Order: sequence, then C-alpha cells, then structure tokens
Amino acid sequence: MTEMVKIDTNLVFEVTEFLWYEADLLDRKDYDTWLDLWTERGLYILPIDGDSDDYANQLNLCYDDAKMRKDRIGRFQQGFSISSAPPAQTVRTISRIVVDDVMGDTITVRAAEHLIEDKFGRQRVWAANAKYTLIKTETGFKLDQKIVTLLNSDGMLNSFSYLF
Amino acid sequence: MSLDSPKFSDFDALYSDKAEVATQMYEDPDLFAQEMDKIFKKTWVWVAHESEFPDKGSFKLSNVGLDPVIVVRDRKGKIHCMVNRCRHRAATVCEVKKGKTSSFQCPYHGWGYGLDGSLRALPYPEQYGDDFDKSQHGMLKLKTASYNGMVFASFNEDVEPLEDFLGPEVCRYIDLFMKQGGGFPVKVLGEHQFTVPMNWKVQLENTTDAYHFPIVHKSFLQSLDDATADIFDFLDKGTGWVEDLGNGHSIMMMIPDREDLDEGLDEPVEERFAELAEEIRAEGYDEHQTRKIVKAVGGSGFNMNLFPNVSFSLSFFRVLTPVSVEQTDIRHMALGMDGGPVAANQMRLRLHEHFQGPMGFGSPDDAEVWERVQRGTKGGEELPILVNRGIVDEEPGVLGPRGHISAETGMRAAYEMWKRMMSDD
Repeated sequence: MTEMVKIDTNLVFEVTEFLWYEADLLDRKDYDTWLDLWTERGLYILPIDGDSDDYANQLNLCYDDAKMRKDRIGRFQQGFSISSAPPAQTVRTISRIVVDDVMGDTITVRAAEHLIEDKFGRQRVWAANAKYTLIKTETGFKLDQKIVTLLNSDGMLNSFSYLF
Repeated sequence: MSLDSPKFSDFDALYSDKAEVATQMYEDPDLFAQEMDKIFKKTWVWVAHESEFPDKGSFKLSNVGLDPVIVVRDRKGKIHCMVNRCRHRAATVCEVKKGKTSSFQCPYHGWGYGLDGSLRALPYPEQYGDDFDKSQHGMLKLKTASYNGMVFASFNEDVEPLEDFLGPEVCRYIDLFMKQGGGFPVKVLGEHQFTVPMNWKVQLENTTDAYHFPIVHKSFLQSLDDATADIFDFLDKGTGWVEDLGNGHSIMMMIPDREDLDEGLDEPVEERFAELAEEIRAEGYDEHQTRKIVKAVGGSGFNMNLFPNVSFSLSFFRVLTPVSVEQTDIRHMALGMDGGPVAANQMRLRLHEHFQGPMGFGSPDDAEVWERVQRGTKGGEELPILVNRGIVDEEPGVLGPRGHISAETGMRAAYEMWKRMMSDD
C-alpha cells in the first residue's frame, strides 16, 4: 500500500511536470518542439459539444491529426495569416490535475486550463477542461490525445491565433 | 431618438451614386437604431434551416435583428416564430438553444403557451376580471415562410411573399446549392459561432467579395494540395462573375464547373476524393451514386448573399446577427447529407473545420480584417469607403448588373437595397 501511494505521487509529479512543460511551450509558441511531443496517430481536438465523445461524427472547433497539426503550425509560422501575424500573446495555467487511469504505459489525465490572451491592448479570459491521453516512453511522455473543451465551447467565441 | 424625426434622412450622402460609403455607416448608433427599425423589422430575416428542428414540437432559438425569437413546429408540423418574451412581465419563456417540447411555460409566474404561441393557461386568472381575453395575450408572433428548407420570419404583416422577395434567380440558385445533399436532404450538422467587433454591413459586404480571397486567405490556400489550390485560383482564371440578383441579393460564381453538381458526373472522381470514393463504394453505393455524393461533398461553386442576414457560401450557411453598431455575431453552419454515407459526412465536417470557425484556417483571418475595418474607421472620418470596383465593365445580367469576379457589384446591390429600405416611409 505504501509502495502504491509512492508510485502514484511520483506519477502525478511527472505528469504535472510534463503538462506544465507543454503549457510553457504553447505560451512561448515553440511549436516545432510541441509537434514532436505527439504520437503519429495522436489527435488534438477542441469539441463544441462537451457532452459527446463521438468527435469524428460531430462538428468541432478543430480535429487535428498529424497532418492538420503540421499545417496549422505552418500557417502560424509562415507569416501570411493576418490573424496570427502577429498572434495574441497568452499566459496560461494548468491546474486541478487528476490522474484518471493508468493502463500499462497509457495514462489518462484531466486538468483545468485558464488562459488569458492579449491583442490590440485587449485581454480575454478562457477557461477549459482539458483531457490528455499520455503514452509513457523511454524518452518521456508523448501526447496521444488532447481534448480541450472550453467552458463556453457551444457559445459565441472569438477567433484564436494560438493553441489551448 | 425619435423615429418621427430621424437623424439621418439624406441617404445619398451615406451611400452615393458613385458607390462611396460614408464612415458613419459603420459607426453611428442612431443610424444603427434606424436600420434595426427600417430593415430588420420590415423585411424577411432568415431564422433557421428546417433540419434544425425536424420533428413536431422541436424548436430552436434564433434572432430577428435584436429580437430573440423561438422557431418551432407545432403538432401538425406547421412552423411558428414568436418573440421569446412572456406577455405578463417579459421574462424569456425558453433558454434552451434547441430541443423538443409540448409547450412553453414562463418560469416567473407560470403563464403557459402553446407551440403556436397562444396563451393556454395561467395560475389564478380570476384576478384579471371576467373579461380577460386569453386570445389577446399570446406571444408576439412573426410571419413565417420557407423556401427549400430555409425558414424566414418577418415582423411586417404586409411584407411581400417570400418568393417575390427572393426573386426567381435566388430561388434557382438555392435549388442548385441544395444539390450538395448528393441526393439526400441537406442537414445542418453543427455550427461555429464567433462575435466580431464590427458593424453588420462589414460582413454583409464580404460574402460576394472575391477580391480579398487570395490576400486574406493565402495561408489557407497554402495548406491545400495543388489540384485543390488550382480550383480556388478563381481570380486569375477569370471565368467567374459577380451578379446583382435584385432586392439586395447577389451571387459570386467562383467555380462555374460546380454551378450545377449534377453535371459532369461521368468525369472521373477528383484525386483528392479518391479515398473517400472507395469508402462510399464500400458502404454499398453504386458508381453513379458514389460520383454524385463525392461531387456534392466538394460543395457548390458559388457564394450567394441574401439581404440582410444570410448567405450561402460554397458548402455552408453564414448567418449574421447585429448586436450593436460595432458588434456582430457570426454563425457558420456546417451542412451534410441526412442519411448519407458516414464517410461523406465526416469529410464534410473536416472540410468545414479546415476553413471555418474560431480555429479554422480562414475565418480568423476574415474576422481580423473585419475588425481592422472597424478600427480603421476611427480615423479620417471624412474619407469615403469605396465599393466602386468593377463598375467600368459591368454588363447587364439576368436581373441586375453582372461584373468581373472581383467586382464589388454584390456590395452595390446590398447598399442599393439598404438605401431603398431606409428611404421608405
């Protein structure tokens, strides 16, 4: 029992460190490094309907496989997209981290995400529930699925020039 | 402001014969109030697609100008539209965006309304006296009419018939647009919503503006394969056109090969859809159906803007809702095939997500330039906004002028209608 608790504490610490690392990459817009965090089959999804998980058959804000992630980052970086050149600056915190499940090397984690964006001297605040499927590898965690559901995902939003 | 003595009466100064738009058009709150009264309270305003509330008792919330409304089907399937406000003390009777019900009950004092908006019952009615007439206390109703699944409502009892307002060319193009059901009924699959700090007319101008496409959407074009990018290279090809369809409506024909999706079905499936075609065949569709469905997945070849609040844009509906003089809500509704192949609908969803919405490769750039228009008009108020592009070689079309694909003919159509409605006493 003592051994179990010790392992869980370590896992929560390792997972937290990884999620903070990823959050920092996104705030610093170090997207090339971020792309390398993913498994090849990984999916990055921002759903609209937070109650359903049939993402493939419903409209999402984004439903990115490896190609779409790469294209999205390319669009941010090439400088031809007026909404992302310059992009909004962001500061985010990831907290209330809960390890839901551990199955072999696969870890399911939930967390709260608060993000503040700044552009045109105007700040906007976003809150979201984030759900991650992480794969533990020899070189650290990989993102296999990341689903970020904004609190107002089915409401009136603004355009986003960054990632959650 | 009293509408008996409106602040603006010289509409030629606001939209001139030379197709110049005055800066106040985007900025003046009194003019905005006049527009809500003279346009949004007078004409047909799009409120829903029939697939959004398909069953008896199903409803959705919508807006007609600034007024929140409920669009609902009664037990016989008849469509009603009424202002979402209890006749007693004004509380909204419904705050669920979409659903199914047998009645609407005000949460404040329990007044209950039928699906047609009529007052059915209220607690302790005797305190209103014996002569209280329930039939005079129904919800405020709007006139409704549909064309090919598109539901419109109007506050104006004397409004012309919907099909007269749309006109024969708009009706013809709506029928063509709906062919992207691929033989199935067109169904709304979902919607992207975002609000933009801009006047509603900035959006009204945009749907038939081809001139902006290669500039604003360069980053979208760069994410396409070569064959698809070639299809979207409609400005350089010069085969398309923009045409005034009457009553403020206009069409921008970008890809004439895709005007009628039933044509060219004997041609081989486009390379970009080869894998999709295989999946559709595997679902048991024959070759003709497969080609028809695949062609439909690619969407129509045109954008059509209807005055004042809805447009058909290649493969989706774009709806604008004015919020205030400098704020407008936008909805991009994804469309699919009701009962069609799963693979085809998934492809439609992914194509929609690619361009549209808060995280699309296109919409955020549109939103950015629209906001930049609103920010830019804070300076140089005396300078006109130009929508005169392409007058030089306009020719007569079926109902109105037809111009170069990059002409601002569609904006002029909308502003002519705007002026006509604003001048109407």
